[in-house]
Amino acid sequence: MEPLIKIENVRFAYPNEDEPEQVTEVLKGISLEFRRGELIAVLGHNGSGKSTLAKLLNAVLLPTEGSVLVDGMSTQKEELLFDIRQRVGMVFQNPDNQIVATIVEEDVAFALENMGVPQPEMRERVDEALKAVHMYEYRHHAPHQLSGGQKQRVAIAGIIAMRPDCIVLDEPTAMLDPHGRSEVLRTIKRLNREYGITVILITHEMDEAAQCRRVVVMDHGSVKMDDTPQNVFAQVAEMKQIGLDVPQVTELVDLLRQKGYDLDPHIISEEDCVAAIYDLFEKRRANGADS
Amino acid sequence: MPILEAKDLTYTYSIGSPFEKTAVDHISLQIEQGEFVGIIGHTGSGKSTLMQMLNGLLKPTSGKILLDGNDIWAKKADRRQVRFQVGLVFQYPEYQLFEETVYRDIAFGPKNMGLSESEIDQRVRETAAAVGLREELLEKAPYALSGGQKRRVAIAGVMAMEPRVLILDEPTAGLDPKGREKILDQLARYHKRTGCTILLVSHSMEDVARYASKLLVLNRAKIMCYDTPSKVFAQSDALAQTGLALPQITRVFAALREKGICFSEEVYTVKFGAALLEDALKGGAFKC
Repeated sequence: MEPLIKIENVRFAYPNEDEPEQVTEVLKGISLEFRRGELIAVLGHNGSGKSTLAKLLNAVLLPTEGSVLVDGMSTQKEELLFDIRQRVGMVFQNPDNQIVATIVEEDVAFALENMGVPQPEMRERVDEALKAVHMYEYRHHAPHQLSGGQKQRVAIAGIIAMRPDCIVLDEPTAMLDPHGRSEVLRTIKRLNREYGITVILITHEMDEAAQCRRVVVMDHGSVKMDDTPQNVFAQVAEMKQIGLDVPQVTELVDLLRQKGYDLDPHIISEEDCVAAIYDLFEKRRANGADS
Repeated sequence: MPILEAKDLTYTYSIGSPFEKTAVDHISLQIEQGEFVGIIGHTGSGKSTLMQMLNGLLKPTSGKILLDGNDIWAKKADRRQVRFQVGLVFQYPEYQLFEETVYRDIAFGPKNMGLSESEIDQRVRETAAAVGLREELLEKAPYALSGGQKRRVAIAGVMAMEPRVLILDEPTAGLDPKGREKILDQLARYHKRTGCTILLVSHSMEDVARYASKLLVLNRAKIMCYDTPSKVFAQSDALAQTGLALPQITRVFAALREKGICFSEEVYTVKFGAALLEDALKGGAFKC
């Protein structure tokens, strides 16, 4: 099946501020495919090009070279912009910068009004979107009365109401506290699972990436790794060298492996880590009984 | 004598209105000279309000704040002087840069203290180096810098006043792992070199656990505990119940304890956890 988003040999550069004849290359020729229904995390340190990549996906930015195809439509064709943005919605880091209305449900309706969706249908889609992010009870609230996590979920509802195929979230939890963070992550995962929406999650949080099914690691404008989170995080030394982290459980397993203990380097969840360490103790006990 | 002391401190927002809310509720606390205190608590627990009272930015509804034993709200107290001695770096301080160059922004505090040009110059260059800003950045406009660099400029601006107590409200929020570690390492080095007192507010228990000599946990406007990290983490169940996100490694060891593999010490860093496990697997003691 045709991928939902196809990125082919994309380069992106902008002129250097001090010396305009020179350019700074942010993306150095990357190719990626995102299929329908995927839940993908994009990792990379500041300046690795991951936010630029995000903005290329719904034509906020256009590639200097190469092409980005959304559902077969090139982002370079201006007449397709409307269709592309309806298919790929974006949520940014700061919830306060994305909310425009003074009432939650009006904010969610904003894009639909622009699209000219008729009243009864708009009502239906706004309610559905707010229910999808579990914010329906707050529909008459003013956004400033909400917590950061709630505001971010309203921003997500505004995107859902457009019924997109894909949501791109650029560090949506970076400004939230641990509670808001898990609220938003749960919402994202549910939208992917229950509504089949393709999710591209750009994040600094390794535990968030560990909950996705595919992890793309960016470094200096190139794709460094593209694999399951298990395979990506198993490369502890490489990840640290890039300036990224791995989940604490993976690091623990790595340290024990360095001491010669037989553990699976692909452990990224707490349950698996606890079980594996418990097994080590069981084995020791069994060996102890032999000798 | 503690350098900073809170005595029965209370702060209530919007008294008499329907939005009345007590953010800090009868808190008493002593902070010793040279301590590195990590302050944790979920949103709304009163962290920021307490910090803003400690440097005299908010006037307590009731109670006292003593700096070197002197009430900072006493009639003759010089609160300007208090703020030079207790420096506060706000959340997202990069939004507060306003000067034309990085140099002038860092120099703003020392200038207000009435220091000489040469002294100001020395402090600007020293603190810029301490937070890892290269010399050539000093003449740049703050807006030309990256997010992480701007954050460091803002921190340097407060450090340049050489406050005896440095308070930082979530200095690593929104940064990538490398940026987080850099700022925290630089803070730890600064703390060691100057011997100043640091109060670090953070949502990340992983971070505070690695650096702090003491942890202050706030819950619903009150102190839940104030002790060394290992004693605080010993109450991991209670901490989790208040909605705090425990370090993953702490949760792993809690799960192992439930399965009958216990250690006498609390684990809150990966290295320590690995060392304990290695020792136990070699035949060392572990007991429930």
